[in-house]
Amino acid sequence: MSTRLATAGRLLDRASTMEFTFNGKRMQGHEGDTLASALLANDQMLVGRSFKYHRPRGLVASGAEEPNGLVNMGAGAFFEPNQRITTTELFEGLAAESQNHWPSLEFDVGAVNAKLSRFMPAGFYYKMFIHPRPLWKHVYEPFIRKAAGLGRAPTEMDGSSYEHFYAHVDVLITGGGIAGLAAALAAGRAGADVLLVEQTAHWGGRAPVDGAQIDGLDGDTWVKETVQALESMDNVTLRNRTMGTGVYDHGYALAYERLTDHAPDQDGPRHRLWRIRARQIVTATGSIERPLSFAGNDIPGVMLAGAVRDYAVNFGVSLGDRTVVVTNNDDAYRTAITLKDAGLDVPVILDARPTADGSLVQQAREMGIRVALGKGIAHVNGAKRVTGVSICLQAGEGSEIEEIACDAVAMSGGWSPVVHLWSHCGGKLIWDDAQSHFRPDASRPPLGADGLGFVVPAGAANGAMSTAEVLVDAFQAGAAAAKAAGATGKTGRGPTGDTPKEEPMAPVWLMPQGASYKLRSKMWLDYQNDVKVSDVQLAAREGYESVEHTKRYTTLGMATDQGKLSNINGLATLAGALNAPIPAVGTTTFRPPYTPISMGAIGGEARGELFQPLHKTPMHDWHDANGADWEPVGHWRRAYAFVRGAETVEQAVQREVTNTRENLGLLDASTLGKLIVRGPDAGKFLDMLYTNMMSTLKPGRCRYGLMCTENGFLSDDGVVARIDDDTFLCHTTTGGADRIYAHMEEWLQTEWWDWQVYVTNVTEQFAQVAVVGPNARKVLEKLGGMDVSAEALSFMDWADGTIGGFDCRVYRISFSGELSFEIAVPASQGRAFWDALLEAGAEFGVMPYGTECLHIMRAEKGFIMIGDETDGTVIPQDLGLHWAISKKKDDFLGKRAQERDHMTDPTRWQLVGLETTDGSVIPDGAYAVGEGVNENGQRNTQGRVTSTYHSPTLGRGIAMGLVLHGPDRMGEVIEFPKVDGTSVKAKIVNPVFFDPEGEKQNV
Amino acid sequence: MLTLECPYCSIQADETELHAGGEAHLKRETVGSLDNDFEDYLFMRENPKGVHFERWRHVAGCGKWFHAARCTMTLEVFGTYSAQTLAPPKDLREKISTKRPGWTWRAFS
Repeated sequence: MSTRLATAGRLLDRASTMEFTFNGKRMQGHEGDTLASALLANDQMLVGRSFKYHRPRGLVASGAEEPNGLVNMGAGAFFEPNQRITTTELFEGLAAESQNHWPSLEFDVGAVNAKLSRFMPAGFYYKMFIHPRPLWKHVYEPFIRKAAGLGRAPTEMDGSSYEHFYAHVDVLITGGGIAGLAAALAAGRAGADVLLVEQTAHWGGRAPVDGAQIDGLDGDTWVKETVQALESMDNVTLRNRTMGTGVYDHGYALAYERLTDHAPDQDGPRHRLWRIRARQIVTATGSIERPLSFAGNDIPGVMLAGAVRDYAVNFGVSLGDRTVVVTNNDDAYRTAITLKDAGLDVPVILDARPTADGSLVQQAREMGIRVALGKGIAHVNGAKRVTGVSICLQAGEGSEIEEIACDAVAMSGGWSPVVHLWSHCGGKLIWDDAQSHFRPDASRPPLGADGLGFVVPAGAANGAMSTAEVLVDAFQAGAAAAKAAGATGKTGRGPTGDTPKEEPMAPVWLMPQGASYKLRSKMWLDYQNDVKVSDVQLAAREGYESVEHTKRYTTLGMATDQGKLSNINGLATLAGALNAPIPAVGTTTFRPPYTPISMGAIGGEARGELFQPLHKTPMHDWHDANGADWEPVGHWRRAYAFVRGAETVEQAVQREVTNTRENLGLLDASTLGKLIVRGPDAGKFLDMLYTNMMSTLKPGRCRYGLMCTENGFLSDDGVVARIDDDTFLCHTTTGGADRIYAHMEEWLQTEWWDWQVYVTNVTEQFAQVAVVGPNARKVLEKLGGMDVSAEALSFMDWADGTIGGFDCRVYRISFSGELSFEIAVPASQGRAFWDALLEAGAEFGVMPYGTECLHIMRAEKGFIMIGDETDGTVIPQDLGLHWAISKKKDDFLGKRAQERDHMTDPTRWQLVGLETTDGSVIPDGAYAVGEGVNENGQRNTQGRVTSTYHSPTLGRGIAMGLVLHGPDRMGEVIEFPKVDGTSVKAKIVNPVFFDPEGEKQNV
Repeated sequence: MLTLECPYCSIQADETELHAGGEAHLKRETVGSLDNDFEDYLFMRENPKGVHFERWRHVAGCGKWFHAARCTMTLEVFGTYSAQTLAPPKDLREKISTKRPGWTWRAFS
């Protein structure tokens, strides 16, 4: 059983005790524990079930590379799945639950999959669920979806807060082990602005665990002194609990700071995402130990040798009393020595190498530990817990020589540099034959904007595998990065370390090398995704030669692993199966983030009301207090309708239409875009932008205009008023203001840059109110001021003046077919003017109306709406707007495109009005069906609805739509099927349903 | 996340401040052009592995359009310059030639 040792544990405060629960069971740990070490101290070796076979799984590692220890944590608004227990610091009251099992961790029904594993090889899902086809939708897919995913999704809104933080630095150093510290020392002394980040709560990495001696000091002392030295430098910033997660173009990097995960009661944001621009980035990310591929290497109790050492030294935890060490290198001997020193038993060190005589090997022998050379593990015995190992010759096929009882296995297949951050932005790797690993090729770094490298690998992450080498390499890396970033100070002498002489490791990709299929199908490469040696070999036999294809076919290295534990072993297995050298097989692509980061951190502050700034008109608060049913339009909120008392929204809309047609309506039109176009060439410029002629417009007059893209498609419309010879005011749609402003700037700056025109967006400078209805003039005359009579201000005139004491500009334009004045006042006066109109209009039956009423009234008049009648594929000619397309102009944006044969095709659907024969409303987006079926067996279509409403004025359903040869088919009835299987019939009519002569607006 | 120097503000602008505007130095075809020429202008774009010329707008800054010459493979930026020109400046073309001897892009080299 795993337990707490009597020895101290260098990270623990044994005086402080913390209570926590795992699957509801109460346990105790100490300050400084991770959840993983605390669970082991409580003999909780079993931490989860594997994804596919639901095999019992224990801890394999002690850091971010842990594949099995993922748990649900927290509750309610603070619930989060897939928290890695090795990187979760213990706190008082922590509550964790294991995942992927039912009904319990100890007894799991899904484990039957393991018995079926022979029938669930690589690509099982692809092979199994493809036939018979009809079963996919209702049987296979729901089943797979239910089985997919680890943990469960939170059901409540996240109760924590998060933030983004921007930093610009000369040198970013990721990793606070001795390499990162040495690099920071060099860069800091050189005078560079340095940011040093470390993913754990502790500086120094694993060197102190391994007993490193630096500058004559023990590891812990050197780390402490170095951190103090760095903290005293003004140009160096240190952040622990902050992981460098990704390196991107031109020195951009992300770091993920976990502020309160270890202290949930503390105020402030939970996570902080650092968005960093660095001139140079030093990756001092260390290395990760590789598992060995022997049968039963996933049984709880089998752990990486370095992790066994970490738990013993850092947390005073032993996995068991008797630990067999199995290795292909000298480093694992440190684990044996550590355990022996702690008073535990190491029955044997199985070294796959034929010879081994390094100083660590000698030391182990001198301590009386049995060392068996050329031996390996044939298979591990046990089910939910290791009970022993069977020993075999590494060179053989797995015949059992000897069985040794033990309760833990410490394995080491060598160490691989963490090259993720180096590789994220294109840094290349080379294969190091001596160490059997990929390491950064310093001659092919990621390139910055200047074409030079901006990432420098350092220490173990660069393949320097001993303390002495790490310090030299990392100090040089820090100095080089500082110099490249422009720092000119002296770095002085770097730290030096002592390292016992180690002998070369031997690559061992299969143990034993001639293992039978039976053994190979129990050798796990990827613990989390249940990928075994036999699966990768099968994939190779089935033709998956590319490592990227094999990864996806077998799921090797997917999910949170991302090539940390499984990568090299998987590549080597594939290379073996393909009979190719490992470097020829290559690696899969390393993509950020290095380990999963919270969605909350990615979102930062941008959630809820802060997600996007909301534009509000000056009258917004009045609307809000008077029943506005809001709808988003662009970045604005507009009132869809003003609901009174118990009426429904639908009833409110109908009331507003009727009242506006009969009495007086007010519309807040402030959201319409208002662009001032000014200069000697303004007229010429607008002639190019609009399809109609604007240069001939007289000052004091308004003209409706259409704008097309260079592709010919209609993009915006609005009324243009000519203010004076050099000045126009262009109205755009609500959603189009910013877009059209940018469109104008683009053409002015990049095509007609010699034209003398300026464009200014004054949309938010003015409040605008449409005063609409038979009583519109009466209310304005009652307020008093400028002459708004038909003689003084005729249809499509505008004039400046005052009304009711407000300085205003009045446009006599109508989008409703009623007598209508659109009145602009300075934004600061908007609310007061609105209130004055309401007060004065009371006797004339005034009612504000919303956007749906506006839509219905314009549809009754057959006016098009950008975004309803247009969708980016419609040209003005489709909408019968030939009258608004100048024939006199040589050129305008879209003119040439509208001459293309597809645009002049007479079978383009054309705009018509549609009246339902039964008075009902055609559903939005309905298609009109024609004769016959297409090649897919679907009914042919001959038109579609673009706008559809119930018209209270006409008392029936009306619609506008695009119909094949529509204008030539007046009176014809066409059919629109509905989703319920029935259909609605509609007669093709003129789109102007109401007052076709315009008698109501011209009074 | 690129950074480009805005030639008007002379600052290194982050990509989030910029708006990409596609290929630079397009010649506008209009009324009177042949269908093929007009289609080329509307739709056909260079897709080089290497030297490329693009339009960018410093939209969250000064609002000015400018041109950038960069390598699509390494993301090296050779330089930025005014959008109000018909061809990349000579000194920039020479600078690119020292870094990418023999480069060509449309009619330029």
